[in-house]
Amino acid sequence: MTTMRRRAVPYLLISPTVALIAAFLVYPIASVAYYSLQHRNLTRPWADGFAGLDNFRQMLFEDEVFWHSLGFTAKWVVAEIGLQLILGLGLALIVNESFIGRGLARSLVFSPWAVSGVLTTGIWILLYTPSTGVLRFLGQPEAAVLGNPDTVFPAVVVTELWRGVPFFAILLLAGLQGIPGELYEAAAVDGAGRIRRFLHVTLPHLRDAIVLATLLRGVWEFNNVDLLYTLTGGGPAQVTTTLPLYVAQRAVDSKDFGYGSALTMAGFVILLFCSILYLRLSRFGEER
Amino acid sequence: MSADVMIRPGTRVVPDGARRRKRRDPGRVLRLYVPLGMYLVFTLVPFYWMLVFALRPAGSTDPVPWPITFEHFETVWNDIGYAVFFKNSVIVGVWSLLVTTVIAVMGGYALSRYRFRGRGLFMVVLLCTQFIPGAMMLIPLFSIFKSLGLINSLAGLVVADTVFNLPLSIILMSGFISAVPFTVEEAAMVDGCTRFRGFLAIVLPQLRPGLIAVGSFAFIHTWNNFLFALMFVSKQDSFTIPVGLSYTIGEYSADFEALAAGGVVAALPVVCVFAVVQRYLVHGISAGAVKG
Repeated sequence: MTTMRRRAVPYLLISPTVALIAAFLVYPIASVAYYSLQHRNLTRPWADGFAGLDNFRQMLFEDEVFWHSLGFTAKWVVAEIGLQLILGLGLALIVNESFIGRGLARSLVFSPWAVSGVLTTGIWILLYTPSTGVLRFLGQPEAAVLGNPDTVFPAVVVTELWRGVPFFAILLLAGLQGIPGELYEAAAVDGAGRIRRFLHVTLPHLRDAIVLATLLRGVWEFNNVDLLYTLTGGGPAQVTTTLPLYVAQRAVDSKDFGYGSALTMAGFVILLFCSILYLRLSRFGEER
Repeated sequence: MSADVMIRPGTRVVPDGARRRKRRDPGRVLRLYVPLGMYLVFTLVPFYWMLVFALRPAGSTDPVPWPITFEHFETVWNDIGYAVFFKNSVIVGVWSLLVTTVIAVMGGYALSRYRFRGRGLFMVVLLCTQFIPGAMMLIPLFSIFKSLGLINSLAGLVVADTVFNLPLSIILMSGFISAVPFTVEEAAMVDGCTRFRGFLAIVLPQLRPGLIAVGSFAFIHTWNNFLFALMFVSKQDSFTIPVGLSYTIGEYSADFEALAAGGVVAALPVVCVFAVVQRYLVHGISAGAVKG
């Protein structure tokens, strides 16, 4: 009896988590699959019913916004992750050195991580708006950066970098702190300079941390809706609409749950496929 | 290169000897302080600009907020309703913090201290949840919450935010619990403590950094969550700060002072929390990552 009770302890401990995940993550995913085969629009309840693959047909063959959003999503994720990796790694290396005021410097450079996407939008609107922004001090012409299809992409990328680099740096800093100091000593004794120590000690040890950070951030940037929803609303003329943003627009604005679910399924498949491919290609966790 | 001649600096990457040498290195300024300074400018100018707008009188275009006025704060707090949004955000944030932390301690303890059948699967499920986009869950969660009567209620937001906070919190917490040696707990049990009493008396006090890291993480995430609050709440007296802020962006787009003041109200709690707990967070991620 006591052994049975003892065996049950870990299951009791994880039971609230399992229940919550089952009810609010697993079940909803199953229901998305179900809705995607239905016509279901809260604003037109009379037209609801079984749709078969109609939503998917419409998505693949008639919806230009869908295809365009895929292209922009790819461009957005690649640009964000590439730049966040470079800046985040640089930042992590800097704040990993010991210098006076390091704690304060870390708190300051990491602080945008704590700021929400909506607030980031609020702050950067103040910076970007022609009449009030800081760009006028840089001699920038008085043009609406966010309203112009040519400038909107760099503008949103920089905005998200401001908020995204800190967490990348935090993840990599955690990885850096796991590298034993002895390795650097040994490399220095062997006559390796700073750059060779970075290439042959730091980078190989950070490999898994980098793969994990790029993957996590990649998924997050793919899913990032708050910022784009409030900063550009996907505009001008849908040029900054990512797939999840398009889903959110369909769900929140037009209450088209059936079609939105079909888009969601497409998003799941793409995300799953890309993640597995990335983990395979990067050979994550393999002994070298 | 034998191990016994090497200094053991713990996890510190720069040993003391190297540090002293580096202080006199003029290249250090270029390598360290110049890029750090540039990055600090990039980080802080947006914050500063928000403060300028929030604090200077309406109509002023000075890049320095002088004379300082608090009229914009009075406007957003009393007239636009940030007093209510703030209260709602605090309620949702604190509840989500409490629920997340308690469940994460339970789950983290199970992962760290027990080898049970299904443990591996549980870990995989937790990691997989990180790939589930919040935006993509809007539609099914809305339907579920509607049938549970959780639309327009703060309780619904607590549930949704807790579910999305939990997986990472459990992984972090199990790392922190593993850092507390099991032998101390065993000793307490030998002395006649029950496992639960032993946990409360021995493990919990040493778990403070973990509780702070996980709790603050949950609070910040909940405080910042926009999409769920936007989708599940439509009555203005249940708005949270991000929803209120998004309407300030939309409706008052000419009123930058109100936007900035609302932004300061939104930023202040999380930035303060973050400044205090930042070092626990880095530590927590290393602990969680080391455990895998």
